[in-house]
Amino acid sequence: MSDAATSRPAGEVVLAARNIAKSYNGVRALKGVNFDIHRGQVTTLFGENGAGKSTLMKILSGVVQPTSGEIVLDGQPIVFSSSTDARNHGISIIHQELSLAPNLSVRDNIFMGREITGPTGVNYAEEERQVRRLLAELEEDIDPLTPVEELRLGQQQIVEIARALSVDSRILIMDEPTSALSATEVEVLFSVIRDLTAKGVSIVYISHHLEEALQITDHAVVLRDGNMTAYAPRADIDLEWIVRNMVGENYDLGSPPTGHDFGPVMLSIRELTVPDPAGGGYNVVDRMSLDVRAGEIVCIYGLMGAGRTELLETVAGKLSATSGEIVLEGKEISHLPIGERISRGLALVPEDRQRYGLVQTMSVGQNLSLASIMEFTRGIFTSVKLERALVQKSIRDVTVKTDGPDVPIGSLSGGNQQKVVIGKMLATDPKVILLDEPSRGIDIGAKAEVFRILAHHAAAGQAVVFTTSEVNECLSIAHRIIIMRRGRISAEFTSDITKEKIMAASGEAVAA
Amino acid sequence: MTQPSADGISSPAAAVRGTTISPIKLLLKGRAFFALIAIIIVFSFLSPNYLTVSNLLIMSSHVAIYGILAIGMLVVILSGGIDLSVGSILALCGVVAGALMQGVELTPLGVILFPPVWAVVVLTCALGALLGALNGILIAWFRVPAFVTTLGVMYMARGIALLQTNGLTYNNLAGRPELGNTGFDWLGFNRLFGVPISVLVLAALAVLTGLMLSRSSFGRWLYAAGGNENAADLSGVPVKRVKITVYTLSGILSAIAGLVLSSQLTSAGPTAGTTYELTAIAAVVIGGAALTGGRGTVRGTMLGAFVIGFLSDGLVIIGVSSYWQTVFTGAVIVLAVLMNTIQYGARGIRQ
Repeated sequence: MSDAATSRPAGEVVLAARNIAKSYNGVRALKGVNFDIHRGQVTTLFGENGAGKSTLMKILSGVVQPTSGEIVLDGQPIVFSSSTDARNHGISIIHQELSLAPNLSVRDNIFMGREITGPTGVNYAEEERQVRRLLAELEEDIDPLTPVEELRLGQQQIVEIARALSVDSRILIMDEPTSALSATEVEVLFSVIRDLTAKGVSIVYISHHLEEALQITDHAVVLRDGNMTAYAPRADIDLEWIVRNMVGENYDLGSPPTGHDFGPVMLSIRELTVPDPAGGGYNVVDRMSLDVRAGEIVCIYGLMGAGRTELLETVAGKLSATSGEIVLEGKEISHLPIGERISRGLALVPEDRQRYGLVQTMSVGQNLSLASIMEFTRGIFTSVKLERALVQKSIRDVTVKTDGPDVPIGSLSGGNQQKVVIGKMLATDPKVILLDEPSRGIDIGAKAEVFRILAHHAAAGQAVVFTTSEVNECLSIAHRIIIMRRGRISAEFTSDITKEKIMAASGEAVAA
Repeated sequence: MTQPSADGISSPAAAVRGTTISPIKLLLKGRAFFALIAIIIVFSFLSPNYLTVSNLLIMSSHVAIYGILAIGMLVVILSGGIDLSVGSILALCGVVAGALMQGVELTPLGVILFPPVWAVVVLTCALGALLGALNGILIAWFRVPAFVTTLGVMYMARGIALLQTNGLTYNNLAGRPELGNTGFDWLGFNRLFGVPISVLVLAALAVLTGLMLSRSSFGRWLYAAGGNENAADLSGVPVKRVKITVYTLSGILSAIAGLVLSSQLTSAGPTAGTTYELTAIAAVVIGGAALTGGRGTVRGTMLGAFVIGFLSDGLVIIGVSSYWQTVFTGAVIVLAVLMNTIQYGARGIRQ
C-alpha cells in the first residue's frame, strides 16, 4: 500500500526546522526540534496530546513565533510575521478546529478575504466555477451555494481542504484532517494528497490514526513532551517503532496505590444513554454501565468523540440523560441539580479549565473556595476566617505554588491553575471525584503531582474516575482501565495490560 | 467592604504586580475618585456657591435617583447582563404610586380605597419586583438575551405607564389628613439630621448592597456567575436563581427610585426617568465595573454616580447650556470606558 510512496526519491528540502523551541508562560512546549520537509513528499508528525505537535504546526504556519531556533525556507532563514505572511510564501494550514463561517455559503467561505473582484464588484460566477472545479477534484458532491452550517462535519472538513487547495500552496499542513471523515472520504483525501505530492506540493500531516497515517507518509517525525524523539523515512519505520517513540519507556507517573481495600460501590451508572448535545441525532453515551468502589481509581481511555466527556458531564449534572440511572451511595441522583450533587459528595473537574474550571476575574483563594461557599457561610454572611482556613488547607492539599490566596488566578502557571480546579472540587470533600483529562495542557512534573494527589485521595477512601487520551496515564495510577469507543465500553483491563492492547481496543491503531 | 477578599475582586491586577505601585497605576485605579475631586475643585473655582454644604446636599439628593438605579444596574452588570428597563419601571412605579394616592375605586362595592403611604410604598416595590422578576425569568429560563428582554420590558412598562394616566401627570400626591394617607412628600423633602431622606436611602441601600456583595454567599455566587457562568454552574452555583434575583433587585430599586423621584417632584408622570437607564449604566462603567461581568464594586458605582451628578449640576450652576452638558457627560463615559480597557486590557489579551 505504501510501496509507491517509499520508493519515491527524496526531493529537495523546501522547509526545514532548525532547533525550534517555544515556551508559553514558562512552560516549554517545544525543546529544540530539527527536521526537513521535502518537496513533493508527506511528512507526518506523531505524538500524544501535549507532545507539541500543535505548537510546531502553529510555528510552521506563522501563527506563533518560536522562542528560539529558525525556519529555513528554500535554504534561506525566514521569519513569518503572521499566518497570512506564511500563506503568501505558499504555506497553508488546515486546522483541526474548523475555521469556517457557518452562515456563509461554501463558495463564500472558500474565497473569504480574497474575493475575486471585477468592475461590478465580486465576480460570483467565476468564484462558483472555481469552487465547482475544486469540489469535483475532491470528488465531493456539494453545491457551492449551500451554507456551511447545513453540511455534515466531514463535508465541512472537505470545504476546509478545498479552501487550502484554492490558494496554490507549496506546503500544506493538515492537522487531523481525517478525524471527522468517513472511510470513503479518507480514501478520496488520500488520493488527493497523492495527486498533490505528484505535482510537487509538500504535505505536513498530523493524525492520531497511526496506521492510516502510515499509508500516506514518506517521513515520520515523532514528538514526546516537546522533544523530537525520532525522525526517519518510511522505509525504516513501522507501527511499533512509532508507538515506542511516542510513549517512551521510562515515563513514570506513579503506580496504583495499594495497601487499602476497596469499599462499597460508591457510584453506579446503569444503562446510561445521552444524546449528542450538539444535536447530531445519535447517542454519545450508549447504554453504558459502570460501578466504581470507594478507594478505587478508574481510568477511562478513548479517542476524541468516544463519549468520555459527555459521560462525566452527565454524571455531574451538566447534561441530561434520556434513560438510565446514576446512583451515588445507593441513591438515585439523576434529577438533582449540580449543587445538590456536589453537596452529596460528587465532584467533577472539567476538561477545559479556562472555560469550565476557573473564574478568571477572581483570585486564587476565591476560585478554591467557590464550590464550598456554604461551608464557610454562617447565617447570611461568609466568614473570612473560615474561608481563609479552607483556602490555606486546599493550597497545602494540592500543593499550589502561589504568592498567596489573593493573587489573580491568571498569574499562575497552567499546572498550578489545574491544581486549583482540582483543589476546588476536593475542598467539597467528595466521595466520588470525576476528572476529565486532568493532565491536559500541563507539564510532566505537574502531571505526576496531580496523579500523586489522586492516588493519595483514593487511598483515603475516595472513588476516583479520570479520563485520558494518553496511554501512559492509564498505566500509571489506575486500578482499572475502561476503554470507551462510540459511547460504549469496548474493553476493560486491569493495570497490568500493555499500551498496544489499549490502543487497539480504542480503535486508535487500526485504520478507520 | 474593606476586607481583603473584596479588594481581591476590585483590584486583582494591582495585587500581583504588587510591590511597586506607580503613580500612574494609582491614578488609574482610583480614577473615579480623582475625577470627582477634580470636578469639585474646578467648579469651586468657577462658582463660589458650588462648594457649600447646602449645595452639596441638594446635588446629592439629585444623585440619589441615579445612584439607586445604578446600584440595581451594578448587580445586573456584575452577573454579566444589562437592564435597559429601569427608567421605564421607575416611571410605571411612579404613576402607580400616584394612582394609589388618588385612591382605588372598587366599583362593585361602591367605595374608594385610600391606602396609607406605607402600603403604597410596599405595593409599588412589589410591582417593581414583579417586573424585574419577569426580566430575570425570561433571561434565565428562556434564555432570551438580556439586552432584548429588558428592551422589550422597557417599552411595555413605558406604554402601560402612559395608558394608566392617558399621558397625563398626577400632580396631587400630598394625600389628605382625614383619609390618613399623608406623608408621601417625606421621602423627597424631609431631612434627618439635616441630610435629605433620599440621600440617606441611597446610603443605606449602598451599604446593604456592599455588604451583600462582599460578605454574603449570594455576593460570591454573583461574582462567580458573572466572571464565568460555566465554571460557576459546574461548581454548584445556582446561576439561574442568581440571575432572577439580580433583575428582581434591579426592579425593586427602580421602584424605590420612582417613589423618591415623584416625591421630590410632587408629581408622578409617565415620561419620568426617560434615558435614566443609560445614566445608570454610565455610572456603573465610570465606577470601573466591566460590562462583561464579574468585576465592579458599590463604592466605584457610587463614585461614578456622583461624578455624573456633580458634573451636570456644576455645569448648570456655572450656566453652561444643557446641550454642552450632554457632550461633557458623553466624553466622561468614553474616557471611563477607555480607562477600563487599559486596566483590564492586558489581562484580556492573555487568553
